[in-house]
Amino acid sequence: MKLFNFFNRRTSAPVARERLQILLAHERASVSNSNLVALLHKEVLAAVSKHIEIDPDKVEIKLREGDAVSLLEIDIEISANAPARDAPAGVAA
Amino acid sequence: MPKILVVTSGKGGVGKTTSTAALGAALAQSNQKVAVVDFDVGLRNLDLVMGAERRVVYDLINVAQGDAKLHQALIRDKRLENLYLLPASQTRDKDALTEEGVRRVIDELRERFDWIVCDSPAGIERGATLAMRFADVAVVVANPEVSSVRDSDRIIGLLDAKTEIAEKGGRMEKHLLLTRYDAGRAARGEMLNVDDVLEILSIPLLGIIPESEDVLRASNVGTPVTIHSGTSAPSRAYADAARRLCGAQVPMDIPSDKKGLLVRLFGRRAA
Ligand SMILES: Nc1ncnc2c1ncn2[C@@H]1O[C@H](COP(=O)(O)OP(=O)(O)OP(=O)(O)O)[C@@H](O)[C@H]1O
Ligand SMILES: [Mg+2]
Repeated sequence: MKLFNFFNRRTSAPVARERLQILLAHERASVSNSNLVALLHKEVLAAVSKHIEIDPDKVEIKLREGDAVSLLEIDIEISANAPARDAPAGVAA
Repeated sequence: MPKILVVTSGKGGVGKTTSTAALGAALAQSNQKVAVVDFDVGLRNLDLVMGAERRVVYDLINVAQGDAKLHQALIRDKRLENLYLLPASQTRDKDALTEEGVRRVIDELRERFDWIVCDSPAGIERGATLAMRFADVAVVVANPEVSSVRDSDRIIGLLDAKTEIAEKGGRMEKHLLLTRYDAGRAARGEMLNVDDVLEILSIPLLGIIPESEDVLRASNVGTPVTIHSGTSAPSRAYADAARRLCGAQVPMDIPSDKKGLLVRLFGRRAA
């Protein structure tokens, strides 16, 4: 047992490896989330702009991650005098 | 087709400039026409490592802004006739460098060279992103140590997202260069070993450069280590790495702890 301990002293590299693996898994996920948010921002903006004129800076998208559930918040500020776009074809008045 | 190679790392002081000089010289020694370009505006050092610090007249920013012609700024190496240096500015602000300016310089270099090796500054800011912007090959320099590996992971993410080749849907060719590797400490489990780092970063290994006094000696006299001491361990490792960059299959020499078991046991106790 003594010998075993002797050979295992000061081997901090395995700890370093484990810490890195956990940290990087987390960081890589958050980078891909920020890509997802950017993509959602673009597509939500495009979808809403078809019908209402909006300022791209007033579209706010947040992704909050919890353990059990995550929350996707989409906030779009619409100015009081924003003109509505023409109703799409096919929708009868 | 000329290759645009960026030497990058995220973390500072891991050996980017040393590696740029050594790889650039090794490529030139195998008859490629090479330009090494210093992107570390305000903190240039490649000129010093190449021993050209007293010959700098114009720099990258002068050329990018059209204040000097490329041929006026390029410094030809005194030892290797196909090796040239384009220095960074020491006095200007890094914001003086624009993407369009860099693009023009790189396009002009493309006409004259086989390899354009860009020495990136540390960090993930403008200087680093401009250095990688037009590259098609990246050498990610890392030390076997947690913060360096983490920063390398960040840089790999940027290489796959913020470069022109990535934005056009292409694939950036990435290689890992592990530098300042201390085989003894890795064997004793005091330092991440080659397999640890490869497993975590999962990009192919270009080479392992041992920690060595020869590197320091070469930089003291301003000579890339591959020219200064051609037979030293770091020099051979850099030369092999350069051959791999050119597509050659060279067996990987993993530095081993050459000391005997007894010395290792005593070394361990002293550690
Ligand atoms: N294999 C090695 N063995 C010993 N010392 C080394 C080795 N590689 C680099 N060094 C030393 O490490 C120091 C930093 O190297 P270098 O300047 O190349 O790093 P860098 O990544 O360019 O730094 P910066 O981020 O500041 O630009 C220098 O003193 C250099 O001599
Ligand atoms: Mg440097």
